[in-house]
Amino acid sequence: MIPELGHFALILALLVAIAQGTLPMAGAALDKPRLMGLARPAARAQFILVAVAFVCLAASFVGNDFSVQNVAANSNSELPLHYRIAATWGSHEGSLLLWVLMLTGWTFAVTFFSRNLPQALLARVISVMGLVSVGFLAFLLFTSNPFDRLIPPAPEGRDLNPLLQDPGMVIHPPMLYMGYVGFSVAFSFAIAALIGGRLDATWARWSRPWTTVAWAFLTIGIALGSGWAYYTLGWGGWWFWDPVENASFMPWLTGTALIHSLAVTEKRGAFKSWTVLLAILAFSLSLLGTFLVRSGVLTSVHAFATDPARGVFILAFLAIVVGGSLALFAWRAGKVGLGGGFDVFSRESALLANNILLIVAMASVLLGTLYPLFLDALNLGKISVGPPYFDAVFYPLLAPAVFLMGIGPIARWSRAPLPELAVRLKWALAVAVVTAVALPFVLGRWTPLVALGLFLALWIVASSAANLWQRLAGSHQRGLMAKLAANSPSYYGMLVAHLGVAVFIVGVTLVKGYEREQDVRMPIGESVAAGGYEFKFLGVTPGPGPNYRAVTGTVEVRKDGRLIETLRPEKRIYNASGQTMTIAAIATELTGDRYVSLGEPLSNDDISGAWGVRIYIKPFVDWIWMGAFLMALGGLFAVSDRRYRLVTKRKVAVAAEPAATVAAAE
Amino acid sequence: MKTFRWSIPLALFIILLAFLWVGLGRDPREVPSPLIGKPAPAFRLAKLHAPGETLSNADLKGKVWLLNVWASWCVSCRVEHPLLVELAKSNIVPVYGLDYKDDPEAGRGWLTKNGDPYTASIVDRDGRVGIDYGVYGVPESFLIDKSGVIRYKQIGPITPEALQEKILPLVRELQR
Repeated sequence: MIPELGHFALILALLVAIAQGTLPMAGAALDKPRLMGLARPAARAQFILVAVAFVCLAASFVGNDFSVQNVAANSNSELPLHYRIAATWGSHEGSLLLWVLMLTGWTFAVTFFSRNLPQALLARVISVMGLVSVGFLAFLLFTSNPFDRLIPPAPEGRDLNPLLQDPGMVIHPPMLYMGYVGFSVAFSFAIAALIGGRLDATWARWSRPWTTVAWAFLTIGIALGSGWAYYTLGWGGWWFWDPVENASFMPWLTGTALIHSLAVTEKRGAFKSWTVLLAILAFSLSLLGTFLVRSGVLTSVHAFATDPARGVFILAFLAIVVGGSLALFAWRAGKVGLGGGFDVFSRESALLANNILLIVAMASVLLGTLYPLFLDALNLGKISVGPPYFDAVFYPLLAPAVFLMGIGPIARWSRAPLPELAVRLKWALAVAVVTAVALPFVLGRWTPLVALGLFLALWIVASSAANLWQRLAGSHQRGLMAKLAANSPSYYGMLVAHLGVAVFIVGVTLVKGYEREQDVRMPIGESVAAGGYEFKFLGVTPGPGPNYRAVTGTVEVRKDGRLIETLRPEKRIYNASGQTMTIAAIATELTGDRYVSLGEPLSNDDISGAWGVRIYIKPFVDWIWMGAFLMALGGLFAVSDRRYRLVTKRKVAVAAEPAATVAAAE
Repeated sequence: MKTFRWSIPLALFIILLAFLWVGLGRDPREVPSPLIGKPAPAFRLAKLHAPGETLSNADLKGKVWLLNVWASWCVSCRVEHPLLVELAKSNIVPVYGLDYKDDPEAGRGWLTKNGDPYTASIVDRDGRVGIDYGVYGVPESFLIDKSGVIRYKQIGPITPEALQEKILPLVRELQR
C-alpha cells in the first residue's frame, strides 16, 4: 500500500509539474495575473507530493519491504536502520527521487523568499523549474520507477553497496545534490530574464544568494565525497580525476566563475550576457554530470547504476533543456547589452581574467573526461585519460587564477592603475615570496612545486590581510570594533572563502610534496618505519559486524620508542553481497595523518599469517577539507548580507542602469 | 556576424551532443585484447591435483574450452566462483583453471573449500604463462575455439550478464 501511495503521489506531482511549467509561463506572456498566480501554489503542492513519495520510499526501506524491487536490490534486513534510511538514495531510482525532491525543495524555497520579485519574473522562474521537474519526474516514472513491485517478493534483500555503508556517504549525496540542483535556481532566473528581456543589476542581486548557497552546498558535497574516498578506498588518495568526480567538479568551477561574474553584474552592470551564459552552463553541467553518471557512457569506479536505455532519455532531456536554453541565449543575448566599460587594469578585468581561467580549466576537465568517448566515437581506439593529463593541464591554469585572487579584491572598480596596485600589494608580495622560499627548508626538503604552492597560499593570506588592513585604516569609524562592523558580511564572507582556498592549497601542496608511503608485507610482530614513526603489526582478529564479517588488524605506532597510539584498520566481507571493503585506520592531527590500511592476506592462513599493509604519512592532508569547509562557510556568510533582503526599496534606483551604450558602440 | 557570436555555445553543445549520442551505443568496459583472433599461446604445465601429469593447450585441440585464470589469494575470484561452479555443472563448456602465481597447496585447499568447477587446473607458479596471455589482473577468462584460437576475453570476474549474453552464445556458435 505504501509504495502505491508513493507512486500515486509521484504521478500527481508530474501532473502538477506540467501545470506549473506551462500555465504561469503563458500567464506571463499574456499578462494574465491569475495564471501567473498559479506559480506559487503549484510549486508548493508539487514539493509536498514529491516529499510524500520520498517518505513512502524511505518507509519501504525502513520496513524491509522486499516486495519493492528497489528495496530488495539495495537493502537487507541485517542492514542497520540509519543505512536503511540512507539506502533510500543509494540506488539509481532513489537518487533520482532525491534529485527531484531537492529541485522541488528549492522551488518551494523560492516561493517563500520571493516577495519582492515582480510577478512576471517569478512566474517565469517557477515555470522553468517546473519544466525541469517534468523531465525528471517523467524519467523517474517511465524508466526508473522506484516503487516497482517484485512478484513474488524476495525473501531477503541483496544489500546496499558496501561502499555506501558509511556515514560520509549518508550525507554526501544530499549535499552534492543540493548544490547541483541549486544551480537550477540561477538557471531559471537566467532563462526567465532572457525571456522577459530584462537583465540588469536587480536580476543579478536576486540570483546571487541562490547561486552562492548552491555553490556552498556543492563545495561541502564534493569535500565529503573526497574525504570518503580517502578513508574507504584504502589508497589514501583524496582525488582521482574520476569521471564522476569530474562531473561534480565542472559545475563547481563554473559556479565559482558565476558567483564572481554575478558580483560584477550586480555592482557594475557589466558582463551581463557572460553571466547569463555561466548560469546556463553551471546547471547544464549538473545535468551533463547526471547523464555521465547514470548512462554508463564512461567507465568509472563510481558507476553504481548504469543503463544505456536510460541514457537515451537523459540525453534527449539534455538536448531539450541545454539546447533550448542555448538557443534562447543565441536569440536574446545580443539584445541585453554588455553593460559599462572598464580599464584593462581594474577589478572587472581581474575578475574577467579569473572567470576565463576557471572556464578554461573547466573545459580542460570536460575534455579530459570525454576524450576517451570522443576517440571511441571516432573509432580511434579506446584509451583512458588519467591524473597525468589533469595534473599537467589543471595546475598551470589554476596557479594564475589563484594569483589573481590576491589582486581582484584590492583593485578598484573601473580603473586600478598598476603603480597604485603595486604600492598596495608590495608588502603582501614580499612576505609571501620570502616565507614561501624559506618554509620548505624548515619542513624538510626544498622543491619548486612546494615553494610555488606555499607562495600561492601565503599570497592569498597576505593580500587578504593587506586588503582588510587598508580598509580598516581608511575607515572613518572610531575604534576597532566600529571599523570592523563598517564592512559588510559579504566582504567577510569573501575573505573567509579566499582563506579557505589558501588552506586548501596548503593541504594539497604539503601532501603532494611530503607524503610518505610504505606498501609492505608484514608478518606478525614485524615493524616498519615511516616518517619518523615506527609501525608494529600485531596480527589480525576476526569478528562479526551487524551485516558483515570483519578482520581487524592491530598496529602499534611508536615515536622515539614510546607508544603513542594503536590503530585498528579493518577489512570487511559483507554477508549478502560477498563484497569486501577496506576501512583504513587514521590518526589525525592538525599537521597531518598517520594512515594504515589492510591489503590482502599473503599466506594461506588468513588469521595468523602475514598481511599486506599500507602505511601512509599524510602531512596536512586534513587542510584540504578544512579549506573546502571554510570556502562554503564564506559563501554562507556572504549570503547573510542584509542587502539581499532590502531589495524592494532600492530596486527602482538600480534598475535604471545605462545598458545599451556599449552594445551599440561595438 | 554579431548574432553568430551568440550561437557559438549552442554550436559547441550540438557537437558534444552528437558525440554523447554515439558514445551511448558503445561499451566503455570492453577493452580489446590484442590476443583475440590469435592462436592461444602454447603452454605445458603440471596439473594441480596430479603434479606428476602435465596439460598442454595442444591436448585441448578440437574442443571449445574456457581458460579461467584464478588464485587462492584473489578476492574477486570468490565473486565469480559460484557462477563457474554452476557453469561446470551444466556441462556446456569445459572450464580449465590456471592457478596463477599461487602456492599449489593453498590452491587445492581453496578449491576444496569453495568447490572445484575445473575439468583440470594447471599451476603457473611463476606466472610465465600468465605473461604470455597478457594477464594483468586476476580473474581473467579466455574462450578458446576448436582450432586453438582465442575468441573472447573477460577481464575481471565473469558476470551473469557477460555469461548469458556474450560467452554462452559464442560457445554455442563455436561448438557448431
